[in-house]
Amino acid sequence: MNWFSRPASETQVTHGQRLWLYIFAGVTMTLLVVPTLIVIPMSFSDSQYLEFPPEEWSLRWYHNYFGSPEWMGATATSFKAAILTTIVATPIGVLAAYGLHASKIPFIRATFVLLITPMMVPVVLIAIGAFYAYVKLQILYTMTGLVLAHSLLAIPLVVIVIGSALKSYDMNQENAARSLGAPRWKAFMTITLPQIRFAVVTSALLAFLTSFDEVIVAMFISGGENSTLTRNMFNALRDQIDPTIAAISTIMVLVTTGLMIVAQVFGTDKSQK
Amino acid sequence: MSDTGQGALPIAVRNVTKTYGDVFALNDVSLDVKSGEFLTLLGPSGSGKTTLLMVLAGFTRPDSGSLKFGEDEMIRTAPHLRDVGMVFQNYALFPHMSVAANVGYPLKLRKTPKDEMDRRVEAALETVQLGGYGERGITQLSGGQKQRVALARSIVFAPRILLMDEPLSALDKKLRDRMQIELRHLHEKLGMTTVYVTHDQREALTMSDRIAVVNHGRIMQLATPQELYEQPANRFVADFIGDSTFLDVTRSGSALGAAGTNLKTTRHVPDGEGLSLMMRPERLHLITGKPAKDENVFEARVTELVYQGESYLLYAHLKDGTEVAVRGAMRAGTFDALPKQGDTVQLGLGVDDTVLLAGEEA
Ligand SMILES: Nc1ncnc2c1ncn2[C@@H]1O[C@H](COP(=O)(O)OP(=O)(O)OP(=O)(O)O)[C@@H](O)[C@H]1O
Ligand SMILES: [Mg+2]
Repeated sequence: MNWFSRPASETQVTHGQRLWLYIFAGVTMTLLVVPTLIVIPMSFSDSQYLEFPPEEWSLRWYHNYFGSPEWMGATATSFKAAILTTIVATPIGVLAAYGLHASKIPFIRATFVLLITPMMVPVVLIAIGAFYAYVKLQILYTMTGLVLAHSLLAIPLVVIVIGSALKSYDMNQENAARSLGAPRWKAFMTITLPQIRFAVVTSALLAFLTSFDEVIVAMFISGGENSTLTRNMFNALRDQIDPTIAAISTIMVLVTTGLMIVAQVFGTDKSQK
Repeated sequence: MSDTGQGALPIAVRNVTKTYGDVFALNDVSLDVKSGEFLTLLGPSGSGKTTLLMVLAGFTRPDSGSLKFGEDEMIRTAPHLRDVGMVFQNYALFPHMSVAANVGYPLKLRKTPKDEMDRRVEAALETVQLGGYGERGITQLSGGQKQRVALARSIVFAPRILLMDEPLSALDKKLRDRMQIELRHLHEKLGMTTVYVTHDQREALTMSDRIAVVNHGRIMQLATPQELYEQPANRFVADFIGDSTFLDVTRSGSALGAAGTNLKTTRHVPDGEGLSLMMRPERLHLITGKPAKDENVFEARVTELVYQGESYLLYAHLKDGTEVAVRGAMRAGTFDALPKQGDTVQLGLGVDDTVLLAGEEA
């Protein structure tokens, strides 16, 4: 029996009959991935301009990136902001989602909508709002301001991820723990949290990436020595088309995919299968 | 287990009311559970059984009323300070921990030394006949095993009160029957005050020292299984426990009658209007020869005869049109000799079995 006529699953559908599905999936994935991957060869070009495919290869743009104090400073800022955002947004989001889930008061449950508004409002509006607020509060161009704004964007994601994990979690377990002698916080820490830990890891990574990839808000409220990497990249693109961008993009793709792989490895519950 | 040294505690529930909107989940409930007693809450779905258990465990705060364990008022005490073992309806085991870690959880919270903990966990598992299962994962257990782990977890810290919410409802009948007996033995061995919830009347009759029949958030009757079956306090209880048919009873002076028969009874006759006569299928019998002196006789016409293996069930219409059922034991040849559909028969009800119930809600 050849591969085409073999059943593809427990049902009687064969790989042959599923061929169109495989092709469709392949095309979709290619379309999703290629625009991202195209910067990788571009970053190894020797040319002054962004070009594809490159005629000559070199590492000069990587040297340029790692050798520039400005780029290095922006990178440090981005990492710092992303890590701090993760630290701020994850616990707040987890607690908010838990509170919403555990509460029996309908009015409290309605505040869910309030919590996720930052996701529904155009980011530009948040950026403008933050700008004016920060001028008044005198935290414009500071790390504090940046982390606060990024946390605002990240918390809804955390709330949604944790909220959906809690949906399939049986709160009776926490009651059982309490009846066995655990105060509520301890029941949460020893019984609930370990069971939603994968969602917590995932949401922490999402919070990190939300900040790390963010450009619009950063354009408005980050600057000076607290300029983020994305902000500087955007400016560099506007001023001159500098292939250093391609090198940085490549590194960012690596960081991001790396984190996603970490999320896949540690973020999926192996006992669930 | 030798650790059950503290002795059981009596529970006193006084005038507890809990409403959800305009639903009375508990309506002025008062109840005493004696120290070491096995008491069952029995009632239809939505009658308030779980709510009462949750009040005992501390997860539901009633609108009003008092709750005492021994001498101590408990209504404001947090669940984790009540020292109550609880088996939840769906077990609520911790799937991210092994069987031993589940059972050891309450001991760990109490900072029990490691070797004593191991010993007590193993002893609790032995008690529920799961010795050696400690290393297993929760997902590797069958329903009955999960139920027993939940039980072991709730008794390992020797609580003085044990609460169980329909712990056997997820099991098949065979396992349920066996677990009923095991639970009963366990209770005899450990002697903790136990409140058990079920809506299965047979389970309640089998296991309990006393049964509280609950309906619409009220306790309809609190009695031993035998009292409950033999002398139900009202029609609801009679209807809920066992299969019964009810006949309207007419009263003129001291003479009583139902379906054209003058009733004689040795049982208590309640005062008031609207009496009814309770007829249970296994207490009625077919009269073959001459009726005995100490029984009430009813004329009836057979409508259906059902073969049920160990017994037969015969349906018949009384003179007033009420359909009653008669259950009888069967031996070889019994079934063929029974009257057939359309035959007229005489049904006998012993005067001792002639139970009269007061009208609406006693
Ligand atoms: N959290 C709640 N919110 C609103 N109503 C509730 C709540 N909990 C219980 N009720 C209501 O209180 C009444 C009693 O519920 P309870 O859960 O105690 O019933 P039960 O006897 O345990 O029923 P079952 O046998 O189905 O488990 C029901 O009418 C139910 O709808
Ligand atoms: Mg219930």
